[in-house]
Amino acid sequence: MATSESPQLCGVLAEFETVDALLAAARRVREAGFARWDAHAPFPVHGLDEAMGIRRTRLPWIVLACGLMGVLVGLGLQWWTNAVDYPFLISGKPLFSWPANVPVIFELGVLFAAMGAFLGMLVLNRLPEWYHPVLTSERFRRATSDRFFIVIDADDPRFDRRGTSELLESVGGAVELLEA
Amino acid sequence: MSTAVIEEFDNTGVAPRQRAPLVLGEHDLASVTEAVCRVVERPKPPRAWYIAFAVSSAVTGMLFAMIGYLFLVGVGVWGVNNPVSWGWAIVNFVFWVGIGHAGTLISAILFLFRQRWRNSINRFAEAMTIFAVMCAGIFPAIHVGRVWVAYWLFPIPNQMQMWPNFRSPLIWDVFAVNTYMLVSLVFWYVGLIPDLATLRDRATTRIRQIAYGLAALGWRGSQRHWHRYEVAYLLLAALATPLVISVHSVVSFDFAVAQLPGWHTTIFPPYFVAGAIFSGCAMVVTLIVPARQWFGLRELVTRRHLENLTKVILATGSIVGYAYAIEFFTAWYSGNAYELFTFVNRALGPYAWAYWIMITCNVLVPQLFWFKRCRTNLVIMFIISILVNVGMWFERFVIVTTSLSRDFLPSSWDYYSPTWVDILTFIGSFGLFFTMFLLFIRYLPMVAMAEVKTLMPQAHGHGGKGGDHA
Repeated sequence: MATSESPQLCGVLAEFETVDALLAAARRVREAGFARWDAHAPFPVHGLDEAMGIRRTRLPWIVLACGLMGVLVGLGLQWWTNAVDYPFLISGKPLFSWPANVPVIFELGVLFAAMGAFLGMLVLNRLPEWYHPVLTSERFRRATSDRFFIVIDADDPRFDRRGTSELLESVGGAVELLEA
Repeated sequence: MSTAVIEEFDNTGVAPRQRAPLVLGEHDLASVTEAVCRVVERPKPPRAWYIAFAVSSAVTGMLFAMIGYLFLVGVGVWGVNNPVSWGWAIVNFVFWVGIGHAGTLISAILFLFRQRWRNSINRFAEAMTIFAVMCAGIFPAIHVGRVWVAYWLFPIPNQMQMWPNFRSPLIWDVFAVNTYMLVSLVFWYVGLIPDLATLRDRATTRIRQIAYGLAALGWRGSQRHWHRYEVAYLLLAALATPLVISVHSVVSFDFAVAQLPGWHTTIFPPYFVAGAIFSGCAMVVTLIVPARQWFGLRELVTRRHLENLTKVILATGSIVGYAYAIEFFTAWYSGNAYELFTFVNRALGPYAWAYWIMITCNVLVPQLFWFKRCRTNLVIMFIISILVNVGMWFERFVIVTTSLSRDFLPSSWDYYSPTWVDILTFIGSFGLFFTMFLLFIRYLPMVAMAEVKTLMPQAHGHGGKGGDHA
């Protein structure tokens, strides 16, 4: 633990210049058994999910559930308003005729599913997260432009101040210590 | 600001074994960032921007003045009469909504088809969609007559304890257009998040850092985040795709579900959707040909991108031409006297002038895009794109007014003319559109940087697959 004089170490940051270097480094970090770490890139890198061992997200199920909810809301809304609460008697047509209700059901299903995708993605990613220690690094600013990074948290059970830095340097990263 | 057309590298070739490059020039990841952010990061925009903004704001002011006048005095200030109870307002609504659909086609449908060339134009096109739908939404809201009860359009409890009739396409429209607006906005914003983070990280003033930082939601390019982001993006694209088809089909139902000859035909949904993509792609060309020149984006939005757009215009324009022919055939084949009369009336009656403008601009003019010279010449494609939009406006005008002005009973026939309020309101809507667009160009990155970077060789490892181009 840090004393009151020295700043607390949050993690170790390593910068890479190419996608290949990042992928190789990611495989090494994963093999070394780290769990609390992440890679950063200005765009999603193909092959990085496998290299990091990231599992498929549950988001599609959330979106499906939201879409079905939208469908039920659409169905319920039209049934209740037009057949129950104020029945529309139009030239002998049935009070509840679902074929005429399809457009609204469809649109509400799509709307709810889309909101589910958007909000689900944000919630699962824990965004917005306007502060993160990694954003204090000057070097890290290029993560959204043209450089690639690996960040290993100090909370990781296998974290060792010197050992982790050496590992990252050995795979070609320019290492920086992240302090809070 | 150079307006001379400089000779550019021609990447429009069709060589079967070679994929055409989509990013020209000696670009790397940093230079792509620089090329796009440079436009937004100028401390002051060029004087031309201020002049354009002043003009478009004034025109927007005129729009609001016309709407205010309409609310104060009533719908009588428009030219609508009996029997033509739908005039320019509905024509303008369909016109603007149609334009919006091409943006979603480029963003969503071309994404699903893995057409990578859409990566440099999708942000621009989707912005066009959002602003076009904003302009569209104004017209149904203001045209209702008793605008103080416009909330009756929605299923909101009211003093009569009545609800909308959900069997009517008019309420389907409310849900469809609102869904389309919200989903397009969400899709566009999700695409913006990583680029907003880029602007935040490059910000030199505190205000920009805070503004872009807030909007970027703290995005830091984490691959764990990218994983869910990519899934969300794909799902949004998959959801937006049926919206392109369904929303304009529902708009076409405003006409097709009615009984009027010339309206009550099953070809309307596909015909309207094709027409929407036709006019929207033309509007994208109209906007992007000057924008890429003035903002130095010719290496990211290349001749190949423009040529691909002209090919879509040609294809959808041909579908629209086919639909015109089939309508005539159906009218003849049906043996229905009213239907046949309506179409003969369109070509030879009092609105023949509008009909033939429509045919020239929509059927004849886009056929020029069969010629490579027309597909790659910037001036020709710019002029054709404007004529296409003129033609598409006239198409909606012809559909609405000819069927209404001369329907089943000759004693009800009358001619419709717009008033100055109709005309200025329409022009005003362009003011709103361009004002929003100028603000977009000023403050937001016009090109999706993160997406364009995935097309470049630097994005692919040596052991991995080569990138999909073209």
